[in-house]
Amino acid sequence: MVTHQTTRGYRVFRVLNAVILTGVVVATLYPFLNIVAQSFSHERYILAGEVNLVPRGFNLTTYKIIASDPMFWTNYRNTVVYTVVATLVAMVLTTCYAYVLSKRHLKGRTFLIWVAVFTMFFNGGLIPNYVLVTSIGLKNTLWAIVLPNAISVFNLLVMKAFFENLPDELEEAAAIDGLNTYGILWRIVLPLSKAVIATMVLFYAVSFWNSWFTAFLYMSDAELFPVTVYLRNLIAGATGAEGAGAALGDVTQAASNIKSVTIVLTVLPILAVYPFVQRYFVSGVMLGAVKG
Amino acid sequence: MSGQLPIDRRSTYGETEPWRDPLQPPGDVIEPEPTRPTSRPRGAWRRALRRDWQLYSLAILPLLFFLVFRYAPMIGNVIAFRKFEPGGNLFGEEWVGLRYVRMFLDDPKFWDVFTNTLILGGLILLFCFPLPIVLALLFNEVRSRRMKRFLQSVSYLPHFLSIVVVAGIVMQFLSLDGPVNQILRMAGGEPVAFMQRPDWFRTIYVSSEIWQTIGWGTILYLAALTTIDEQLYEAARIDGAGRWRQIWHVTLPGIRPTAVTLLILNIGTFMAVGFEKVLLLYNPLTYPTGDVISTYLYRTGVESSSMSYAAAIGLFEALIGLTLILSANLISKRTVGTSLW
Repeated sequence: MVTHQTTRGYRVFRVLNAVILTGVVVATLYPFLNIVAQSFSHERYILAGEVNLVPRGFNLTTYKIIASDPMFWTNYRNTVVYTVVATLVAMVLTTCYAYVLSKRHLKGRTFLIWVAVFTMFFNGGLIPNYVLVTSIGLKNTLWAIVLPNAISVFNLLVMKAFFENLPDELEEAAAIDGLNTYGILWRIVLPLSKAVIATMVLFYAVSFWNSWFTAFLYMSDAELFPVTVYLRNLIAGATGAEGAGAALGDVTQAASNIKSVTIVLTVLPILAVYPFVQRYFVSGVMLGAVKG
Repeated sequence: MSGQLPIDRRSTYGETEPWRDPLQPPGDVIEPEPTRPTSRPRGAWRRALRRDWQLYSLAILPLLFFLVFRYAPMIGNVIAFRKFEPGGNLFGEEWVGLRYVRMFLDDPKFWDVFTNTLILGGLILLFCFPLPIVLALLFNEVRSRRMKRFLQSVSYLPHFLSIVVVAGIVMQFLSLDGPVNQILRMAGGEPVAFMQRPDWFRTIYVSSEIWQTIGWGTILYLAALTTIDEQLYEAARIDGAGRWRQIWHVTLPGIRPTAVTLLILNIGTFMAVGFEKVLLLYNPLTYPTGDVISTYLYRTGVESSSMSYAAAIGLFEALIGLTLILSANLISKRTVGTSLW
């Protein structure tokens, strides 16, 4: 919007806008910075309610306590393993299906699309899913986390849209050179789709990294928890001392401290990559939504 | 831009397009007889299978996924009308008719959580749908590109946090020694145990939802704003429209299709208010306002093992959701001409 009107009302609006947007930024970051400040503070100041944006009584004791809790590291490793395996499986399934759906000439394509899209509007619900996963014996296995969420229909449609926009000529030329469908997908289509693949990997990886409920529902053994469930048990105070491990001597003393540290450690990887990958997310959402 | 959802209309017509087989050299194309392609459906299928079996083979595993983890649970909902025994048949033991439906309709507890769900869903719709539009309009008035990008980056951030982390942050923020109570104390007030007070639950839930979703929600609107033709603004200015009238007559109509689509989607998820977040934020003290249908059925089903009863409630909830999205879609198709499909 290029306008050169500068009426008084508009100048007032611009000042007001700056104030509001500054408020939005502060409101977004403030709770977070407070957690970071708490994580470095001495519990005496936290309990006195004196920690705001600057750490008081700076120390790393709580970080050391958490770092020396073997359960924390076990759970952290679980999160990494679950995220990697689940993302891999999800990518294979999503890519294959999206490629199939992108072929306009394919007989039965409309049906195949509706098989996927219908599940966006109606799903079985918590209880039948729980009964299913339990009865096929996936409880307390990695597959309870990986399989039920293997295809996100939104991601599927984003990929399908991307594949549809690839020029047909390349694939036709490859077919003339004697490549079969698998060869075309592997050697021609996928190398051309690095951007969308990167975006999809990020979409899936972040959602698996952040997920907690599936693990909470299907894992009963603390050794198998991802770190999000570890954190959940801390903040819910469900397990208190025994959940957080015996290493945490005086848990009640440093409860908010421990929570803050765990929160910081859980989001650290996300925050570390966020500035670099944010634009992929935005472009992915656009790709999926501005179609049609 | 009639539909903003990634549902491709062209798909319906795909089969009638002239088609040449990329797998066959141009010389010996196996063309389906052009005269009567639909009169022999079985033959057409056989040809399609022979031609595209490699493509179909790629669809096998994904279809298996949808069948087992999406459609089987849908059918699994029959346990709402059948007696179910843990460890027994996945689809229940024997028909009991509407016993479980009648059971929850007679359950005062159910109507409590039903009301809570409506209120929370309504509040979310009231705040979390329009606020991103307002924020997008404000972002749009920022002149400096770099500043705009910074603002967007910051406001998207909460979207990437795990819901557990958000719940943790909310609890710390509102704890007795947290920043909010610090301010209350400074102002001379008494500290409030926010998380234990039923009368605060809705406020906390809705504001944390706004905190997490408002920035990310602007993306589609900002995209729609960039597609508005600059000439429309010029024409409006020539006609003497001030800034407000430009926004009213040009900007808002420009983002209307996006807004309507998102509104339909929001209405569709109305009943499924953030189950995971409620589960993390509520506690027995805040059940009177915080307990919603999904958390209630989680407790009755998973924690108390009344699977059939919980499945009946879940089915009821899903049907309401489906009805809502279908009717919202129909209404918007009739009134503003925008629909999801």
